[in-house]
Amino acid sequence: MTGGYTSARRAGLIACHDCGLLVPAGAAGPGHGRCPRCGAALHARKPNSIARAWAFLLAAAVMYVPANILPMTITTALGAAQSDTIMSGVIYFIHSGSWEIAAVIFIASIFVPMAKLVILIFLLTSVQLRCRWRPRDRTVLYRMTELVGRWSMVDVYVVTILVALVKLGAVANIEAGPAAVFFAIVVVLTMLAAESFDPRLIWDVIEEDS
Amino acid sequence: MMNTAIGSPRRHEPEQTPASDPRRDRRSTGVVACHTCDLLTRPSDAAGTTSLCPRCGAVVHRQKSNSIDRPLAFALSGLILFAIALTHPFLAMKSGGFVQETTLLTGIFELWKQRLYGLGALVLLTCALIPLAQLSGLLYILVPLRLNTAAPGSIPIFRAILHVNSWAMMEVFLIGILVALVKLAKMATIVPGAAVMALGLLTVVTTAAMATLDPPLIWARLDRRP
Repeated sequence: MTGGYTSARRAGLIACHDCGLLVPAGAAGPGHGRCPRCGAALHARKPNSIARAWAFLLAAAVMYVPANILPMTITTALGAAQSDTIMSGVIYFIHSGSWEIAAVIFIASIFVPMAKLVILIFLLTSVQLRCRWRPRDRTVLYRMTELVGRWSMVDVYVVTILVALVKLGAVANIEAGPAAVFFAIVVVLTMLAAESFDPRLIWDVIEEDS
Repeated sequence: MMNTAIGSPRRHEPEQTPASDPRRDRRSTGVVACHTCDLLTRPSDAAGTTSLCPRCGAVVHRQKSNSIDRPLAFALSGLILFAIALTHPFLAMKSGGFVQETTLLTGIFELWKQRLYGLGALVLLTCALIPLAQLSGLLYILVPLRLNTAAPGSIPIFRAILHVNSWAMMEVFLIGILVALVKLAKMATIVPGAAVMALGLLTVVTTAAMATLDPPLIWARLDRRP
């Protein structure tokens, strides 16, 4: 026992991922038992959590490159075409004086996805190295990545709205660029990576050691 | 009131739960496992309290009041607002002699026309279909529960509602509207329509419906085990 703490696993119980019911691990049998209340598959920990999270994470890291290099929008105004990447959008807003909007886009589209990748890589590595360092803080980091990940979608929605509104024929026209697709893929993949990771793995090492 | 096989009672969690609490599931021991670190605790049942996991600090349980009526009311108003948001004008752009009027779904059609099917589908799902399905699902489950019965299929539907929750992103879409407006402010006059207001209220109402919902209570009420 670590400081009088008992985990469900140590007590021989599995908490259902869906409804939270505590089921005796033996009753579920060695294979995938079903929750007697809600019917969800029972696992003490999310299955293949680390491998799945790594797969989503690496794919997201690869997609992050074209998402930032390729144009997000292609604007045609009076015959002249202009491509905008995420970063050039941020710079445009700084120059035009709307630094609040520049900050929103920078944080949501550049900083958050990057921070999410770095934090998840750190968490996965620390769990794989059976690290015992500040488990509570690492758990908080995980909850933060879960919470903020969705806000990166903001740029995808901006493109959707711009594409709908700016349809003035030869005068002005905005089309979605290839980066919009890559960017949406990055957001979805990092969300899936965070969902696959099981924060209880951070605490398992500490319990097993004691 | 303690069942076997739960382990020793937690010394840091005083037992203050009256066993006669009508909201309490008879089978339940009141012990729950923390979602984030798997610690077993016995959260407080006092109204309005939030129980934190003593080990990792995550919210283990929030005791909510009126947790059938409130989400029900929010879900119902959400569906009405949804109808308004989908049928009324969303944004219009005026520049020179040109006027471009849009509805909520115009952007998705444009993405579709550009052959960006996946992207269009993602926006449609995260901003319309998933929130809509969540609200109708809640209504389908909560109305019968209010009448002390359970609709068929409530259990898989409730599981689905909780599963897709992180993919409902209307509040992010609202920020997207704001950014797009600022971006176009220099280029043209943007006229927000009734759908924008409806969407704003809808975001508040949807968030409130999910926040006032008490999943452990719903699970206990849906429990059909003998």
